[in-house]
Amino acid sequence: MTGVESVGDTGPVSYLRDMDMSIAELGHFALILAACVAVVQMVVPLVGAQKRWAGWMATAEPAATAQFLLVGFSFAALTYAFVTSDFSLRLVTLNSHSDKPMLYKVTGVWGNHEGSLLLWVLILALFGASAAWFGQSLKPTLRARVLGVQAAVGVAFYAFILLTSNPFLRLAVPPMDGQDLNPLLQDPGLAFHPPFLYLGYVGLSMAFSFAVAALIEGRVDAAWGRWVRPWTLAAWLFLTIGIALGSWWAYYELGWGGFWFWDPVENASFMPWLLAAALLHCAIVVEKREVLKSWTILLAILAFGFSLIGTFIVRSGVLTSVHAFANDPERGVYILAITGIFVGGALTLFAWRASAMEAKGVFGVVSRESALVANNILLAVSCFVVFFGTLWPLAAELFFDRKLSVGPPFFDAAFTPFMVALMVILPVGAMMPWKRASFARALAQLWGVLVLALALGALTWTLQTGTSILAPVGMILAVWVVGGAAVELWSRAGKGGVGDKVRRLRRLPGGDWGKAIAHAGMGITTLGIAALVAWEVEDIRIAQEGERYTVEAYGPWQYDVRLNAVNRVEGPNYISTMASIDVFRGERLVAHLEPEKRVYPVAGMPTTEAAIDNGILRDVYIVIGDPQQGGGWAVRTFIKPMANWIWAGCIIMSIGGLFSLADRRHRVAAGARRAPARAAGLPAE
Amino acid sequence: MIRAVLVSLALALSIAMGPQILHAVTPDEVLDDPVLEERARGLSAQLRCMVCRNESIDESNADLAKDMRLLVRERLLEGDTDAQVIDFIVARYGEYALLRPTTEGANILLWVAGPVMLVVALGIGGGFVWSRRRDVARSEAALSSEEEARLKALLDE
Repeated sequence: MTGVESVGDTGPVSYLRDMDMSIAELGHFALILAACVAVVQMVVPLVGAQKRWAGWMATAEPAATAQFLLVGFSFAALTYAFVTSDFSLRLVTLNSHSDKPMLYKVTGVWGNHEGSLLLWVLILALFGASAAWFGQSLKPTLRARVLGVQAAVGVAFYAFILLTSNPFLRLAVPPMDGQDLNPLLQDPGLAFHPPFLYLGYVGLSMAFSFAVAALIEGRVDAAWGRWVRPWTLAAWLFLTIGIALGSWWAYYELGWGGFWFWDPVENASFMPWLLAAALLHCAIVVEKREVLKSWTILLAILAFGFSLIGTFIVRSGVLTSVHAFANDPERGVYILAITGIFVGGALTLFAWRASAMEAKGVFGVVSRESALVANNILLAVSCFVVFFGTLWPLAAELFFDRKLSVGPPFFDAAFTPFMVALMVILPVGAMMPWKRASFARALAQLWGVLVLALALGALTWTLQTGTSILAPVGMILAVWVVGGAAVELWSRAGKGGVGDKVRRLRRLPGGDWGKAIAHAGMGITTLGIAALVAWEVEDIRIAQEGERYTVEAYGPWQYDVRLNAVNRVEGPNYISTMASIDVFRGERLVAHLEPEKRVYPVAGMPTTEAAIDNGILRDVYIVIGDPQQGGGWAVRTFIKPMANWIWAGCIIMSIGGLFSLADRRHRVAAGARRAPARAAGLPAE
Repeated sequence: MIRAVLVSLALALSIAMGPQILHAVTPDEVLDDPVLEERARGLSAQLRCMVCRNESIDESNADLAKDMRLLVRERLLEGDTDAQVIDFIVARYGEYALLRPTTEGANILLWVAGPVMLVVALGIGGGFVWSRRRDVARSEAALSSEEEARLKALLDE
């Protein structure tokens, strides 16, 4: 394998002893080759589609497959280097350690800038290849253009990786051992957070490619809407899981049980989620009614644009600290340039071609269409608010010479009203038929739910000790949305006896189920957030070993806690101070918890491992602090009401997305692939 | 050699930039008066730890955050109102310490951006819905035969 050694660009690699060591070079080579294939996949099909040359257009599919296989090999090579702790690679030295558990050696591959970008292009290539594999029923010109645009995005990122962030750089003198992955990242929740987020971000590239291809093509029809929807749905689904994983991780790892901080990096993932949700809804309107076409195109461009902006925010560090921009100006500027070129180019194309998208359907002012327009307005404006707030510190410093912060109090105040409005209109809009609806008829079926929601809200109001209206409002909205989803589903089962209706319910399309389930999930998350924020109980104290104390709280949430002992324990690559704590309800032992403080000597970093007793109605969340001078330990005990409902709601939303994805009506490609096989009476291959 | 320096620099940065993970308020800081303590916590959540990434002093474990928390409690014990405490902190640490931006000067843009955008969007969206409504009277444009056939093929799958 000596032939490929020269590909590594760190000069002499004389210590290359065997096959093993050259796998990284092969990976590097494969990455360069993938970039070349992407250039071909970008140019040839686009030209072919313009000139109607079938042969040229047909290169797109094998190219997409080849590109995916090459990046896949490259990624596997980097993974191999991490797994075998090949410290001659700079990246492995900086982010791994031979003592690290195997799981985190693997996840360390994307726990850094270079590796995460390689994961990004891997997923981009995977989506491109999937479009090639499943896109047989697409019009040939549209398919060629979609794959061409997808490859263009790829080319920009390959260039970025190879020119500024090469993961395969060698060290001239490999060290004996690595410097370890950031201990905070050595955690199952965070280990799988980035891949899901990237699947979401990059999934939106498909919507973008479809939008740009449609603009070049000059036509958007129901079939186009039908094609964009599953990709957007998949992207939204992955974003939901990714964001939920990140939030869950923050909850149990950061040591005070917060679940959302309105941090720029979080906002970066939340903005594409909001726009993907909007896109998902308006693509239905295009599919069913052939209106909102140009808005859907615009939204598809913006949704991916926000994914790129998100990547920029996370990778450049420009917003974490305003002055961190100088950390890596080259990378930040490059991503900004990619964002500018793709979003700017697409928007220019949009301005030029959008007028060709003529709306077909007509509808009354009160109709499902109007409700979905309202949905899109609220989602898009709330995304704008997050965007404005996230970038405001930067703008204020640049233009007004003011150094200021925009934190959670702003976002809570400015963002929440939009979500409340969205949830108020949701059940009514979901009940409305297309074209022409009536408020009275939609509401007629929802009266029961409305009364129930208000009654439970009032009950919550009287039961709670505090004066915050947050919990009652959360309760009303949750019952309204969840109940509304149930009523809507029930009404879709038509008329007749309960038996008939249940039978028809089971035959309802996946899309109907998915809609109801996802909406219910949103209601459940809302209730979890409202209950946690309104009713959380916190107890901070110095406890002696053996001491037992009561955490004062509202009836069902009152617990006794006993600090049994605090011990020193050695883990595989850390040293831990571990407390042994029993939690009682009256005299009954409810849980034994072992909160820890860990120090990772290699990375020189402490972490807090909270111990949590998870429950449906509450979490008991305990953190051990420092030893006190007068003896005893600082102990923080939280009772977190309904915390798990937040993530349960996210899981339910994702399940709803899965139901929709599984809807036969959306699997255009799958159906198309089955049809010829049936016609021929033979297996496809 | 340069690489070694860069590597150690990057490592040092990654440590310095890492989120503070140890918990914040320690037992010795807690005020005896629960009402004052609650006010102190509420104020702490609105003040930024000046040396941290993006944390309030209520969450941060940095020494400076502890100093600021003690300062807030000191002012409250002196009998300051919440607004006076905030003013005191801003006078000492600047506007940067406020997690809830003021509405002074250009900041008004930040606060009105959302509502203004909503009004604009409602205008555009309402106009669009209204324009589609006026077309209701007219007959719907029929699909071309080619489109019809294609749609049918798709629906049949």
